[in-house]
Amino acid sequence: MIGFTLEKRLETSTKTNLLVLAGSLLVALSAGALLLLAVGASPLEAYGAMLKGAFGGRLEIVETLVRATPLILTGLSVAVAFRMLFWNIGAEGQLVAGGIAASAVALFLPGAAPWVPQNAWVYLPLMGTAAIAAGAVWGLVPALLKSSLGVNEIITTLMFNYVAILLYQHLFNGPWKDPEGFGFPGSAEFGEFAFLPRFTGRLHLGLVIGLVAAVLVWIVFTKTKWGYEIALIGENETAARYAGVSVFRNIVLVMILSAGLAGLTGFSEVAGVSHRLQQGLAVNNGFTGIIVAWLAKLHPLRVVVVAVLLAGLLVGGDQIQITLGLPAAIGQVLQGAILLSVLGGDIFSRYRLRMIRTTAKEA
Amino acid sequence: MTSKRWWIALVVLAMIAAACGGTTSGEGGDTDTTGAEPAATTEATEAPTESTPETTGGETDAGGDFKAAFVYVAPIGDLGWTWAHDQGRIALEEELGIETAFIENVPEGPDAERVIRDFAQKGYNVVFTTSFGYMDPTINVASEFPDTQFVHISGFKTAANASNVFGAMEEARYLSGMVAGAATESNVLGFVAAFPIPEVIRGINAFTLGARSVNPDATVKVVWTNTWFGPPQEKEAAEALLAAGADVIAQHQDTTEPQKAAADAGKFSIGYDSDMRSFVGDSVLTSPVWDWAPKYISIVEELQAGTYQGDESWYGSMADGVVDIAELSPLVDAETKELVEMKRQEIIDGSFQPFCGPVLGANGAEIVAEGKCLTLGELLSMDYFVEGVEGEAPNEAPTGLGS
Repeated sequence: MIGFTLEKRLETSTKTNLLVLAGSLLVALSAGALLLLAVGASPLEAYGAMLKGAFGGRLEIVETLVRATPLILTGLSVAVAFRMLFWNIGAEGQLVAGGIAASAVALFLPGAAPWVPQNAWVYLPLMGTAAIAAGAVWGLVPALLKSSLGVNEIITTLMFNYVAILLYQHLFNGPWKDPEGFGFPGSAEFGEFAFLPRFTGRLHLGLVIGLVAAVLVWIVFTKTKWGYEIALIGENETAARYAGVSVFRNIVLVMILSAGLAGLTGFSEVAGVSHRLQQGLAVNNGFTGIIVAWLAKLHPLRVVVVAVLLAGLLVGGDQIQITLGLPAAIGQVLQGAILLSVLGGDIFSRYRLRMIRTTAKEA
Repeated sequence: MTSKRWWIALVVLAMIAAACGGTTSGEGGDTDTTGAEPAATTEATEAPTESTPETTGGETDAGGDFKAAFVYVAPIGDLGWTWAHDQGRIALEEELGIETAFIENVPEGPDAERVIRDFAQKGYNVVFTTSFGYMDPTINVASEFPDTQFVHISGFKTAANASNVFGAMEEARYLSGMVAGAATESNVLGFVAAFPIPEVIRGINAFTLGARSVNPDATVKVVWTNTWFGPPQEKEAAEALLAAGADVIAQHQDTTEPQKAAADAGKFSIGYDSDMRSFVGDSVLTSPVWDWAPKYISIVEELQAGTYQGDESWYGSMADGVVDIAELSPLVDAETKELVEMKRQEIIDGSFQPFCGPVLGANGAEIVAEGKCLTLGELLSMDYFVEGVEGEAPNEAPTGLGS
């Protein structure tokens, strides 16, 4: 008889990690190849088109980076909370809350306070601050419920997403709808003083905000006492308490940082890309951020790399349709297969698969 | 131990995230490429075989290296709006032999701009963007690619190389209203409608005027779904209307779901976009339909000849053939058939227009007086309901329009 068992690795070397990653990708790409062959397409051509569509030229890279920008920020947001084993599933709602707040400043402050100078140097910081505050408030409620009453944060952060998303839909379908918009849902366009500056194409300052945030979070994690406390709570909450670390205080502070980053993502998206509050803000960046953070193993700098690669996968997926004329669903299946394998493959970098031979005993 | 807990938590999280991905994307086709819309997949597999994409083939060389691209808001298998545009695309391939490509399920909003730019950058000579919400992205990209022609369907903005193309669907809506008004027994007609924009409101009003021209007691109840393509929302809206007493369901959506809901309840319906009777059955009494092929062919021919007016605003009529109604179901009585055909001829020869006075508003205001008709500008900015419509419109009906 042959059986298999999973045995925990004492240590995971970089080599193992890379091998596991390569193996996972191979499994995913082979499974995808079978699917592509089944619909009569050439797998090589398909993967080539995806790669070229994501990184094949300046314009492609620009669009991939535009797509990566929100993923960097939500990835960081999730990584901060998960580091402490605080399961913030609410980045989506916190992002939306931030987008609403930033839009409110851009749309209504010029009317309410005409004396505020209408230029980007004043408005962008105001919008960014409002977005961080709104995201943080959205995250604080679950944080306080958890730290004072022990309410499960997975449920509360998740449910808060729907509240934020419904509020956002109500606003651009109703009270904030552009009076000049012929009834189509969406707010009026912001004034140009509320646009994030663009470098080339649609690539905007949000990317730099994301990169700076990644470095700052990395410094907090590795160079500060607070970062050490967060990791300590994550590793062993009881030990942390004995060491005199305030779990209550840290839950609140970590969620302010985590949800604030998600809120900032909302600002970056409305001020950098859409320039108005409309459909397309709640496109699961908050949830995809969970995948980003996890693939990056909660390392802030790796979050940047993973976000760019994942964005490439999303942007390149369009090429399945454009170049090969296959249905949109095929691209989505390929993306799903790759993510599933890479995430699932992670188990083999933590555990070793061991074959056990046993001899069946004679009766 | 800790590691193991992490792992379990991750699996739970991943499942939650996946579940959320599905539900939060219910926002008006607001999915990104990761938000797989399960319904979209099922619909796509039902796509009629003739629309199998043959995109990169470029079967004949007759068209030279002219390439046309299409951006769709729903899958071509929706059997409605996008399907109708795709018939136009297929006609371009078959009749002009040019190369075409398309991308489906593109959400209205920031993602659309990337897709449109990608086509322009790949050297497509003309890019057709076939949903209202693509208007701003189309205009944005057009300014970056002056040598590419953009054709936006159903909007109101143009640029030097971005034209605006649409058709007087209200003419066909009026006729379909006559069919519905004659068929109803409860005198309540249901209308499943996407967004409260002029295009949709114009259709609801024309439908109501047509229904009340044959049945002055008919009223039209409207439910907004706030999505073009949302099979579950469309179905639920139709079911709500049926429960409210409607016995004929009309719609301005992208799929056949409202028709199926009506058929399941043993009630009649009026389709839209394509001849939905051929997909759902004879309970679909007729459908106001689009025929994009002639216009698309003429645009491409003019572009090839270098004579296309890049910033045209084209509003085609039933006489032009871009709009019509599908053949009536055998369940429509002969008298109505004759009446509808007569009115259709009057529309084609120009002796009848749906929005000529007297037209009263839902609030009782006299919108258009006897002897006057709404101007094109007034038609394109219509944001109120006429008498007989029950529902929420952005504005109250005004008075004294028309000339």
